[in-house]
Amino acid sequence: MADLHFELVTPEKLVRSDDVFMVVVPGTEGDFGVLANHAPVMSTIRDADLVIYATEGGAPETISVQGGFAQVDEKGLTVLAEATS
Amino acid sequence: MASLKELKDRIASVKSTQKITKAKKMVAAAKLRRAQMAAEAARPYASQMEKVMTSLASKVSIDENSSKLLAGTGKLETHLLVVATSDRGLCGAFNANIVKEARLKAEKLLGEGHKVLFYMVGRKGIPIIKRFYPGQILKHFDTSTVKAPGFEEAKAIAADLTALIEDGKYDVAHLFYGKFKSALVQEPTVQQIIPVPLQDGAIAESEGAVEYEPDKEEILAELLPRNLTTQIFGALLENNASEQGASMTAMDNATRNAGDLIDNLTIVYNRSRQAAITTELIEIIAGAEAL
Repeated sequence: MADLHFELVTPEKLVRSDDVFMVVVPGTEGDFGVLANHAPVMSTIRDADLVIYATEGGAPETISVQGGFAQVDEKGLTVLAEATS
Repeated sequence: MASLKELKDRIASVKSTQKITKAKKMVAAAKLRRAQMAAEAARPYASQMEKVMTSLASKVSIDENSSKLLAGTGKLETHLLVVATSDRGLCGAFNANIVKEARLKAEKLLGEGHKVLFYMVGRKGIPIIKRFYPGQILKHFDTSTVKAPGFEEAKAIAADLTALIEDGKYDVAHLFYGKFKSALVQEPTVQQIIPVPLQDGAIAESEGAVEYEPDKEEILAELLPRNLTTQIFGALLENNASEQGASMTAMDNATRNAGDLIDNLTIVYNRSRQAAITTELIEIIAGAEAL
């Protein structure tokens, strides 16, 4: 299965641009996992942790984001956040 | 003819000026690199934001409940000119150019019978605007306390602008700043920020059915202030890079001019020294011959 292209962007810089297996996005109305070929979605996100699985079954990596917005299209997942830590 | 002592002092003074301009040039060059990198790093976010905004805005119908940031106040009477300048001088015509652009726009608007107000960011533009348009400066946002304007400042300015339009203080806002082209070229730029300018016939991408969470209107409501912040942040970064670029160029010229001046003064100094020596010799010889 193809990997999901994932980009995390803040006003200061492009934090991540990677091909990963899955990202769990903390949407305002609930978390959702994004795999490759996910249907197009636009969602605002809570101030919480993004969970990134680089490989299937691998150890997850978390990045906490504040003031964010997620967009899934045919190119992959793009998360715009005001700050990360 | 200036005396030798005066010439010497003059040369020393120009030399010390040259030292200052040289130092300022090097500082600007170092800062320019960083500012340029920051401006470039901010571009992906801004372009993403713009893409999302245009695709969303074209899908939402505008009615009286729409945010004022998107729809405006329905009037075009009072225009707010947000003029972003630097806090420091020694950067050539950089600030003057931005203010000139703002004045052109202001005159045009006044000619059309609109009202014009100013919102100043940075210190250097204020005196000129104050002289030409007394009492029309709505507010001055002070950026001199921070080293380089960042996202926090952009956020504060955006919040200010939002509050002011909610109060009905103005109807349309334009942003003026110096767009960074290269170290030599900075272009004063005008950009309408409120209401959000919508390009007609924006290509509605064939996205099929996009799901919106919570829904389009709410996402848009949250995105609009953020988009404004992003625009201002981008402008501040461009401004910063431009300022350093302009400063570097101006100081480079100043250093070169000081060098030329020193060369000329040195020639004058040597000539008058020689003339003095020659005169002295002639006096001695003439005196000796007279005996």
